[in-house]
Amino acid sequence: MSTIAPNLTQGSTKPAGIPARRKKPLRRQGYKIFRIVALTLVVLAFIAPLVWMFLASLKTNVDIYDAGKTLIFSPTTANYETVLGRNNYFSFVFNSFWVAFASTALSLIIGVPAAYSMSRFAMRRSAVVVLMARIIPGVSLLVPWYYVFSNLSLVGGYGVLILSHMFVALPLIVYIMMSYYDSMPLELEEAARVDGLTHIGAFLRITLPLSVGGVATAGILAFIFSWNNFMFALVLSGAETKTLPVAIFNFVAYASIDWGGLMAASVVVTIPIMVIALFTQKYIVSGLTAGATKG
Amino acid sequence: MTVASPPRTNPPKDRRPGNTRYKTYSDWANNHRKWLFAAPAMIFVGILIIFPLGWTMYLSLTDSSGSVRAESDFIGFANYAEVLADTDRFWPAVGRTFAFTSVALAVQMILGMCIALLLWRPFKGEKWVRVAILLPLVATPVAVGMMWRLIFDPNIGFANQVLAFVGIPAQPWLSGQSTALPTVIFIDIWQWTPMVVIILLAGLTSLSEEPDEAARIDGANAWQRFRYVTVPLLMPTIIVAVLLRSIDALKTFDLLYATKGRGGGSFNEVETLNIYAYGLSFDYNDYGLSSTVLIIFFLIIIAAMWVLTRRRKDV
Repeated sequence: MSTIAPNLTQGSTKPAGIPARRKKPLRRQGYKIFRIVALTLVVLAFIAPLVWMFLASLKTNVDIYDAGKTLIFSPTTANYETVLGRNNYFSFVFNSFWVAFASTALSLIIGVPAAYSMSRFAMRRSAVVVLMARIIPGVSLLVPWYYVFSNLSLVGGYGVLILSHMFVALPLIVYIMMSYYDSMPLELEEAARVDGLTHIGAFLRITLPLSVGGVATAGILAFIFSWNNFMFALVLSGAETKTLPVAIFNFVAYASIDWGGLMAASVVVTIPIMVIALFTQKYIVSGLTAGATKG
Repeated sequence: MTVASPPRTNPPKDRRPGNTRYKTYSDWANNHRKWLFAAPAMIFVGILIIFPLGWTMYLSLTDSSGSVRAESDFIGFANYAEVLADTDRFWPAVGRTFAFTSVALAVQMILGMCIALLLWRPFKGEKWVRVAILLPLVATPVAVGMMWRLIFDPNIGFANQVLAFVGIPAQPWLSGQSTALPTVIFIDIWQWTPMVVIILLAGLTSLSEEPDEAARIDGANAWQRFRYVTVPLLMPTIIVAVLLRSIDALKTFDLLYATKGRGGGSFNEVETLNIYAYGLSFDYNDYGLSSTVLIIFFLIIIAAMWVLTRRRKDV
């Protein structure tokens, strides 16, 4: 740390004070540099593998096998052409979007009023019922679901996928919206009541419009989790209704793996969600931390 | 408006004025609105949970296998006896589940705390660091698994290229008997540490400055202030993070399936309770046995949550 001392005295416009006070800014400077180095490493550790995946998706399989062509290679879009052209991939993209969108929308419709009610009337036990859905291992639901849905000949259709993804989205939405309503003041709603609105009218016309931010947060996160969900679609989707995370496995054979195609397929799955995340990061962060700071 | 009743323990939740006529009316309306709003969600989740759980419980007492529609006999607790005596697959799976969860959780909490502390005070470029931290978190777990499968590939993977550069012999990583579990734990840490960072950071930024300042004035050094001021104040947030992460880590599925399933070898080295039960159901169609494993797994999860939430009340 002593190496940065000259810098410090040069940069400081204040006259040298009491010797004891000098120590503090010196330490701060040291910490600042340490922090820059440490954060750079952290960012690299989180970003590098994703960059690696992206680079591999632009390589031919021959280049992927070549250690000498780790960073310098002639990029090709052949993998993307394979993925998007031959494998009917756009229909899987559509499936993922449709299932995630429909399950999020339906979960919001039944989840937001439920969260409101559970927050306002402290229905903690009822809330636990909904939150149980987050705790239960999904595998334990799959056999009974498969049995019932196949008897109703729903397996392989969109309906069953949307229902099962609602199961992912709903507890998330209830959890986020509950903590949102917990921290929302009641005065406006009460004022609306005084002005003659009914309870439900006050909810629909005052509380709901005011909680648009929370609804956006919950909706974005539910969409992301539904998009990323793998297990339910693995068992309950048909050849036509596969979602992207399941369709990735089209590139994996038992004997050999088309690494270039696989990486391109992985990029295609992740890109939409990352773009959404970039533009809505504020909401994602507030959703993920919902309820965390209150204890 | 007279306030005759003694002070309530939970004032924010109770907002009925003293007026009895209004109170009767609002009670009536509240009661009905309450259930009107909550019922659809609860019915939906209830049907999709309670029926399958009941059925799983029933299946665990039968020898159901082969096809979900096949006839099965009621055999009492024979499955439980078989599972609990199974030191070949069941108990190792229990061990792996706990090893996976506890190691991943411990590293994620420590690493997450360090990164959260680094990010705590504002600095230039903060936004970009936050975005970088968010990316692993939102990336599709299956794609993440595939990505690491390439990086950890024994022949062409980047991990072994790095080792070769340093002069360490190549490792089998995901395909090795003793390296597979640590490798998947590493991947889980990569993907989910950001979650811990984000939760802890939210907790840190909501702390008030005064206790820290007071300790500083009293002459506490940085470590002492962290250990005796920040950590105790942050405890509720820490427990939320532990709770959320342990629920998800216990039932990790997609990551293991992507790295070890379909073409990635067998699950043997990383077979957790979740993977074991999935295999019993959908590879061996042994529904009776898999239901038994799931019921036991479920009880373990409930017990773990119970212990953690009790802790939470103590704090």
